[in-house]
Amino acid sequence: MSGQYETVIGLEVHVELATKTKIFCACPTEFGGAPNTHTCPVCTGMPGSLPVLNKQVVEYALAVGLATNCKINQYCKFDRKNYFYPDNPQNYQISQLYLPICHDGGIEIETAAGRKWVGIHEIHMEEDAGKLIHDDWEDCSLVDFNRSGVPLIEIVSEPDMRSAEEVMAYLEKLRLIIQYLGASDCKLQEGSMRADVNLSVRKAGAKEFGTRTEMKNLNSFKAIARAIEGEKIRQIELLEEGKAVIQETRKWDDNKEASFAMRSKEDAKDYRYFPDPDLVPLVISDEWMQSVKESQPELRTEKLERYKKEFDIPVYDAEIITGSKRLSDLFEETTAIVHKPKKVSNWLMVETLRLLKEKNMEPEDIVFSPENLAKLIELVEAGTINNTVAKEVFEEVFAKNADPEKYVEKHGLKTVNDEGALRSTIEKIIADNPKSVEDYHNGKEKAIGFLVGQTMKAMKGKANPGMVNQMLKELL
Amino acid sequence: MNILELTAVELGKKIKEKEIAVTEATKAVLAQIQSVENSLHCYVTVDEEGALKRAKEVQKGIADGTFTGSLAGVPVAIKDNICTEGLLTTCSSKILDNFIPPYTASAVCNLKQQGAVVLGKTNMDEFAMGSTTETSAYGVTKNPWNTEHVPGGSSGGSCAAVAARECFYALGSDTGGSIRQPSSFCGVTGIKPTYGTISRYGLIAYGSSLDQIGPIGKDVTDCAAILETIASYDFKDSTSVKRERYDFTSALADDVKGLKIGIPADYLGAGLDPEVKEAVLKAAKVLEEKGAIVEEFDLSLVEYAIPAYYAIASAEASSNLSRFDGVKYGYRTKEYEGLHSMYKKSRSEGFGAEVKRRIMLGSFVLSSGYYDAYYLKALRTKALIKQAFDKAFSRYDVIIGPTAPTTAPKLGASLHDPLKMYLGDIYTISVNLAGLPAMSVPCGKDSRGLPIGLQLISDCFREHDMIRAAYAFEQTGTYEEPQLAVEGGAKL
Repeated sequence: MSGQYETVIGLEVHVELATKTKIFCACPTEFGGAPNTHTCPVCTGMPGSLPVLNKQVVEYALAVGLATNCKINQYCKFDRKNYFYPDNPQNYQISQLYLPICHDGGIEIETAAGRKWVGIHEIHMEEDAGKLIHDDWEDCSLVDFNRSGVPLIEIVSEPDMRSAEEVMAYLEKLRLIIQYLGASDCKLQEGSMRADVNLSVRKAGAKEFGTRTEMKNLNSFKAIARAIEGEKIRQIELLEEGKAVIQETRKWDDNKEASFAMRSKEDAKDYRYFPDPDLVPLVISDEWMQSVKESQPELRTEKLERYKKEFDIPVYDAEIITGSKRLSDLFEETTAIVHKPKKVSNWLMVETLRLLKEKNMEPEDIVFSPENLAKLIELVEAGTINNTVAKEVFEEVFAKNADPEKYVEKHGLKTVNDEGALRSTIEKIIADNPKSVEDYHNGKEKAIGFLVGQTMKAMKGKANPGMVNQMLKELL
Repeated sequence: MNILELTAVELGKKIKEKEIAVTEATKAVLAQIQSVENSLHCYVTVDEEGALKRAKEVQKGIADGTFTGSLAGVPVAIKDNICTEGLLTTCSSKILDNFIPPYTASAVCNLKQQGAVVLGKTNMDEFAMGSTTETSAYGVTKNPWNTEHVPGGSSGGSCAAVAARECFYALGSDTGGSIRQPSSFCGVTGIKPTYGTISRYGLIAYGSSLDQIGPIGKDVTDCAAILETIASYDFKDSTSVKRERYDFTSALADDVKGLKIGIPADYLGAGLDPEVKEAVLKAAKVLEEKGAIVEEFDLSLVEYAIPAYYAIASAEASSNLSRFDGVKYGYRTKEYEGLHSMYKKSRSEGFGAEVKRRIMLGSFVLSSGYYDAYYLKALRTKALIKQAFDKAFSRYDVIIGPTAPTTAPKLGASLHDPLKMYLGDIYTISVNLAGLPAMSVPCGKDSRGLPIGLQLISDCFREHDMIRAAYAFEQTGTYEEPQLAVEGGAKL
């Protein structure tokens, strides 16, 4: 049935910018903090307070616009979006409607079907709202304005995507660009990147778009994929039953894997947008644009090319590592210390990715420093610890950014290279295991493995396995 | 010597010369407030305790050299839409009946840095919307020249307080004439400077693109000195302008030789009271006799200023006033069910009729489908009005005319006919639309003894031209105070 239909998808992506202070005042954007402690008269909408634009917000928006091939409105303005809600202290949001900072850009995405261009209609700057906390016990609602005035950009795509796969590719690419620019950490779970999905279906080959719905409350890539699938099926079923799709905003419930209507077009609010008279038009000079362009860091594609040339690591590894800003930063910073790209890449590709997956974490959540990973690699290289111990130590490094040298020292994990101590242990193992010794002498090669294991166990894993093997053969 | 008869600059000088103590001046003016406030009601809040405490501090500061400005120690009244930390700031609205700001407006900070003693907050039209100070939620202010008449508005409390010697000078705000018109009605001098000259930080917004704080004083010298003190570039206000010069007192020269003055014929036509017209033309003659070149000209577009103004100011106000919702501060209705009921009842009970009228008007002109027809058209009209002034200022240094078409109307005569009340702003409004500086100085009285104001307008950032003309004109007459029978607060 769905084969006869084509899905048309456009995204509105909100990204929280990584500025130190809010968009219109000097309050910190730092996450957390007791309610209403990161606030001032401006971000709590006190009468008589006035907004002053944070220049860094403009630079980040410009950088994202330039990296996504947008045209820049060098004369742009802020507009007020008027609506009443208690999380919005002024009862209007300062945003951009008439002259957004970036427009008419796009990025190339790659899926199994090949490469494709997804257009970006516009990017605009705006302020975030506060947070409402409903206290059921006291039967009241409280407002926390710590988030009020945190800078956002909204990236509005053209309706160019046709499947969940394309949406994922677009979001991943966008996220990577923004992370590389350092404009945001783009964590979906924490809400620093949020996407609303506009979706409609139409008969394959039709020229006109169908009626679209807007899906909100999508806070993971998986939820987005499920919501797209669910909404596509819901719309097709309606059409198949001869019913019409209603233009409305719907809220996705990922637990129920279903959506419900929030408001229809008929009750759509009239936001009475008009230019904010408290802010003067923003004029972006050629020089300013040029300087943002020039200070733009190396993006993923260039980095991947460089890795292929500069480091002797598998192409697959280079692709995975450059696929995350955090991983590539860790890779480069660690390699700069130990000059062993292959080893560094191995630790990232094997142990790090394993632990991330196991603990359901994103690379952005990594806490260990390149210094400590470098120390660990050096300990192994110097033969101070063996690989088995190293993996154990790495768990500590990964979990708490532990200093491997101190950890090894404290827990006495150094490989014992003392021949005398090893010899006496092995002699004892041989004496205690006459059966295995006999098996070995009878040509059962496997028996030596058991004896090595026993020795390592007795040495609490700290022996050099090569040495153990060699000495066992000698003594047998 | 009666301290109250001194101008602000004269008092500042005597304080500096240790002839008068700051506390003495403060007590004198507090006594005057005590004696006439019942009849006039210029203030929403009088901070007697704070003023006396501050007077002592300032006296010390003058002695140790902290305060050296010409206005150090001089008591001042602040319009109640300008935030003062720790001091009730209501905008004369019920919706802010309990609002004590946690910060002070930049203009008041500038005054305090120069040793000002704040007496209290003056009455005004609610949220500066009105031309009579009758829309205040805290009662009307009366004109000190005749208590049956209004003081004008919206800075009626500030202007009446200066006239009635309930302060030595005051701050007002002017969105469409709110400093100049009540200055005219109360026989005092008031300046609305070029948009961007005085920080709006801490001024509770009415029409943000038009609002400017300005000085109100007994004469031109006082106003120039006050302007010099409060004007500054302020990074907290994005519309604040870094000006080359802030020395407005240097314009106080009795010399208008060769100054080119234009009188818009459009300002002398229908609707203008003949007595006002006569006084204004007489003033023009005086300036001409002093060597200025005076001629009439056609400004054009004057009739479009009022509709453009009410569209723009109301649109901005509808958004600016949406923050008063009962959630964070200010008035909240006693009984409600749910959020929307709380919003609705708080705002219905908290705002007065004129404010509601303008919120509705503003919401309407911004609504989808009407935005282009009203709001955008008003913005285009605004741009054309600015062009008309640009053209005029290519020929003239100063434009003069009446501040208002009439003298102060009787109490209760205006509110029932808002359109007529709006027409009273016809000569002052276009100045705000064009962002120009303008001022009102007394230029006579009508047959009923009510003051008439002369308006002087100059080009953007050229306050010096109008201050010079106003000063030269003022030298030909002396400042006249209303005859107040103040003893015992008896009949005025």
